[in-house]
Amino acid sequence: MPIKNKSVIFDRENLNKENPKEFLYKALKMSPSDLILEVRESGLKGRGGAGFPTGTKWMLASAAVSDKKFVVCNADEGEPGTFKDRVLLDEFSDLVFYGMIMCGYAIRANKGFVYLRGEYRYLLDKLLKYLDKMHEENLLGKNILNSGFDFDIEIRLGSGAYVCGEESALIESLEGHRGESRNRPPFPVNTGYMGHPTVVNNVETFATVPIIISRGAEWFTTVGTLNSKGTKLISVSGDCKEPGVYEVPFGISINDILKLVKAENTKAVQVGGASGHCVPKEQFDRALSFEDLSTGGSIMIFNESRDMLHILKNFMEFFVEESCGQCTPCRIGNIKLLEGVEKVEAGDCALSYIKELIELGKSMQLASKCGLGQSSPNPFISIMTNFENEIFSQR
Amino acid sequence: MIEIKDNILTQEISELIGKYGNGREALLPILQQIQAKHGYVSEFAQQEIANALDIHPVEVYGVITFYSFLGNKKKGRHIIRLCRTISCDLAGKDAIIRTLERELGIKFGETTKDEKFSLEFINCMGMCDQGPAMMINEQVFTQLTPHKIVDILKNFR
Amino acid sequence: MENNKETNRAPISQKPLVIEKGDKDAIGGLVEIEINGKPFKVPLGTTILDACRQQNIHIPTLCHHEDLCIAGVCRICVVEVEGMRVLPTSCSFPITNRLKIKTSSENVRKARRHILDLLLSEHYGECYSCHRNNNCELQKLAKEYGVDSYRFGHVTQRRHEIDRSSYSVIRDMDKCILCKRCVRTCIDLQEVGVLEATHRGDATTISTFMDKPLADVVCINCGQCINRCPTAALKANDPSDDIWRAIDDPKKHVVIQTAPSPRAAIGEEFGLPAGTSMTKQLNTALKMIGFDKVFDTNFTADLTIMEEGTELLLRLKKALVEKDDSVKLPQFTSCSPGWIKYIEHFYPDYLDYLSSCKSPQQMFGAVIKTYYAQLNNINPEDIVTVALMPCSAKKFECNRPEMNDSGYKDVDYGLTTREMAQMIKEAGLYLPGLPESEFDNPFDESSSGLIFGATGGVMESALRTAYELVTGRQVPFSNLEILPCRGFSGVRQASVKLENVKPEWSFLEGVDLNFMIAHGTANAKKVMEALKRGELSNIHFVEIMACPGGCIGGGGQPIPTSKEIRAKRAEAIYKEAAGLTIKKSFENPAIAKIYAEFLTDGPCGHLSHKLLHTHYAKRGKYIP
Ligand SMILES: Cc1cc2nc3c(=O)[nH]c(=O)nc-3n(C[C@H](O)[C@H](O)[C@H](O)COP(=O)(O)O)c2cc1C
Ligand code: SF4
Ligand code: FES
Repeated sequence: MPIKNKSVIFDRENLNKENPKEFLYKALKMSPSDLILEVRESGLKGRGGAGFPTGTKWMLASAAVSDKKFVVCNADEGEPGTFKDRVLLDEFSDLVFYGMIMCGYAIRANKGFVYLRGEYRYLLDKLLKYLDKMHEENLLGKNILNSGFDFDIEIRLGSGAYVCGEESALIESLEGHRGESRNRPPFPVNTGYMGHPTVVNNVETFATVPIIISRGAEWFTTVGTLNSKGTKLISVSGDCKEPGVYEVPFGISINDILKLVKAENTKAVQVGGASGHCVPKEQFDRALSFEDLSTGGSIMIFNESRDMLHILKNFMEFFVEESCGQCTPCRIGNIKLLEGVEKVEAGDCALSYIKELIELGKSMQLASKCGLGQSSPNPFISIMTNFENEIFSQR
Repeated sequence: MIEIKDNILTQEISELIGKYGNGREALLPILQQIQAKHGYVSEFAQQEIANALDIHPVEVYGVITFYSFLGNKKKGRHIIRLCRTISCDLAGKDAIIRTLERELGIKFGETTKDEKFSLEFINCMGMCDQGPAMMINEQVFTQLTPHKIVDILKNFR
Repeated sequence: MENNKETNRAPISQKPLVIEKGDKDAIGGLVEIEINGKPFKVPLGTTILDACRQQNIHIPTLCHHEDLCIAGVCRICVVEVEGMRVLPTSCSFPITNRLKIKTSSENVRKARRHILDLLLSEHYGECYSCHRNNNCELQKLAKEYGVDSYRFGHVTQRRHEIDRSSYSVIRDMDKCILCKRCVRTCIDLQEVGVLEATHRGDATTISTFMDKPLADVVCINCGQCINRCPTAALKANDPSDDIWRAIDDPKKHVVIQTAPSPRAAIGEEFGLPAGTSMTKQLNTALKMIGFDKVFDTNFTADLTIMEEGTELLLRLKKALVEKDDSVKLPQFTSCSPGWIKYIEHFYPDYLDYLSSCKSPQQMFGAVIKTYYAQLNNINPEDIVTVALMPCSAKKFECNRPEMNDSGYKDVDYGLTTREMAQMIKEAGLYLPGLPESEFDNPFDESSSGLIFGATGGVMESALRTAYELVTGRQVPFSNLEILPCRGFSGVRQASVKLENVKPEWSFLEGVDLNFMIAHGTANAKKVMEALKRGELSNIHFVEIMACPGGCIGGGGQPIPTSKEIRAKRAEAIYKEAAGLTIKKSFENPAIAKIYAEFLTDGPCGHLSHKLLHTHYAKRGKYIP
């Protein structure tokens, strides 16, 4: 299923006119530092959710001293409500792989991994075939396009663990361990796969780079807001007539998105997946951007008929099960939050205890080891505060 | 002391080692292959893999129990995994649960007596726009309805 | 060994940052930081935790242990760093630039308290019915943070069955806080690999392979995990009730032997600083408790030296003179039961390298129920032998089916230092305040057996005896202290040249006696791998102790343990040994006497083979 609206970046017709192979050709003609500079100038920020400036990440990895470096494409897309990477891998795998090659060229890495979530295994054969084709066309392997640069891509499958989308847990998983995230510092750009400098980027981040290289950083900065340049793929699901993947410019308001996907009677929108924030109707004029509502791509729409407590419970169950279980705040904290929800459900939860749990949630945000535990209290806090009336008036 | 005689599994594992190497990073690919072929990674297989990679069996066990697609117990030949996350939930997951349980005569978490089907839940599998969705082995089925379930199951019986 | 943090398992990123001297990034080597508003200079790469400790700023920790690699999982040690969105853990954070750190800001206190509350909400049981009461790190923190209620509830039902299958180690996962110290001990420090975190999320537990009982897996019973557990999730299998019963039974003649290491450490259980020797007060205490006789394990340590030394010389003779290539060299010591089980599991094809000697504990048991029983006309059936050991593996050892050569169970109970201290307290005694008294006859003289407690001690004792047997002269070291044997580096190697030997040992003239010492099974593994590769062909004798530091660091010793504490205990032992007049096993009159009266066909003779030697089981590492 393609991207639903008219797309600026991921538009196959346009791309065919430009011939994506030329992008790679152009990139390999630049010097690695110019390439990084171009990405930096574009203001591209990571599309996986955390929004770290991609150019900076590459620069750090490029500055790290090591005989080996690695590029990892994070295709673990596990955030509930996110499926845009699936569409990209299905239809724009060329751009993804080119982006990885460019990254490898920029930081002088010769090996790339795609960490594909196990649930997307059915895409594997197609991707492998495409890699073979790239080898044949000398777009991969030794001396790519006679540039003297060698690069190879290996696809590794996940095995069903949401936390493996977290970059350091992903690296642990690549190394054959349990997907338990690592202490930071050191960061993967210094000490990543097998202890070597490693760049981990989202599928969409990689897929965007070739376009930036082709059309120039300046073109890219014309779209978006001050701190969020370019466009973003969003995956819309829930109560609307036209769910699917859309490409929208940063700065778009929730209201506009709802119109775009033909949603009616909307009560709340969950931005950023289970670990994101729940936005009530009154705030639908807020904008999608790193400054305001940041998202890895997940937009879930709930209409007036939905029970917010039920939704919250579903999220908390997700975290209780998907926490890697190594650190205290996340492992036990999520259980306590879920128990709190269940208590409310049963009608025997004091409001003061909910307040206590919200405080606990704040500590989890501060003290958890990785992004999972740091963001899992988000839905609890935002739903319990924004929908307190609804939740408690019924029970 | 238990003497290890070469058997098919040992041979299979050494072939996989040949393919993926004997470093720790080969562990997951090897486990995935064994899982795909046998439906689970047996106690013996775990020890053989540990031996080949020079790690401890309990580490292999720790890895297997971490990932939901790996298992150490024999399950049905077809594993049905229904998405239970919110978008599929809102799209009518509950009706599908009831249909699956009635059609197969088992509850979620169980395996049919003839060891053909196992029912499991899975967390968001990236088909939220086409929910409710489920996987049977590696195949994905979307926009499920009770009638569709009956047709799909027919193909696997 | 102490640099054991370099294992292949610990994720590279979790290893402490080590800055080499002369590293170009370490300009000047010092970074200026600010802790709670005060500026300090610390070496580049120091963790925030270490920096704070150097300034006497207390930061709570649970998963951190200085013997182990960093985990950063309990999160109790969080601090606030200016400019950071989240609170980093001080135990894992290497200082590489100017940081402004706050160690007790509101966020920090709140987060720590929340973490504690969470841990307590899942922690089953009550403190007063727990053997770690008063020595529990979780309890201590609860007090420190003024916990006065279970804010997030409290489990009231057991969720895990207690695993009592092992003779040595009992696991109660309902008390576990998942700090993973035991995992890092078992996999990284000892490289045995029995315990690991399994499952994930709320189902995460520390478990054995396929959740099997501990007795069914490759556990070597070293008990190092017990020593590092912050709570009561791991403990030794305590036989003290049975021992009390035996003491109370007037028909029973209850005999206890005490090993040197518990004596050097038991004071810690009574609040004394590490390294305070309590040998003679302990004798008094044991008598007051009601033991009929108190003997010194050193006696059989000397006996071990006689037997093991002779065995070595016989092996050398067979190999060098008779050119018998079925003789295996180097000979490995066999007094550490953890090491024995380790080699049985992991190197079952190399059991012939082990000395066939029983450990001093088991020799003593056999001697008591035969020689001692005869001397004193006691029916061995009525004798109960107890062994006070620093070791949890000794409990397994005395229960091995082959250990009943006296016709009875040679040693009835193995008791750890901790359990002994408990019994003494239960008897209402304050050990340090007791008068001194001597060991009982006939095993009251001791010599170099004392230093068995520290790594290298067996080797040192054996060399003193073997050298003198062969050359007729003392070992050429001042005060007979063979310094190359001492210290704590993981694997040591040294040699002594044999010159001007006695005529009967002429084949050893000019031979360099090469020996090796290793402690901790991770180091034992290194030695065994070298042996496998054929690199030990010029080595004659290897001492291996399963526990880091040797027996003084044993799994039955007082908690906590650290490099410093172990060094202090070793010091105490060497100090006591320096004061002894007899320094060589064969000069111990009790030894001469037992060979004259009882083991009349001499060391490695027929009777000693029956009573003092044993055989081993090929266990292998596969589990059915
Ligand atoms: C629990 C958790 C799950 C994550 N899952 C994903 C994911 O599925 N895909 C992804 O690209 N990033 C995911 N991330 C973010 C990654 O850690 C990392 O920031 C990202 O891959 C960096 O790429 P980017 O800079 O291109 O966004 C996840 C983070 C956390 C904490
Ligand atoms: S925050 Fe959660 S997922 Fe992340 S390390 Fe802690 S337990 Fe694991
Ligand atoms: S002591 Fe630092 S996280 Fe546990």
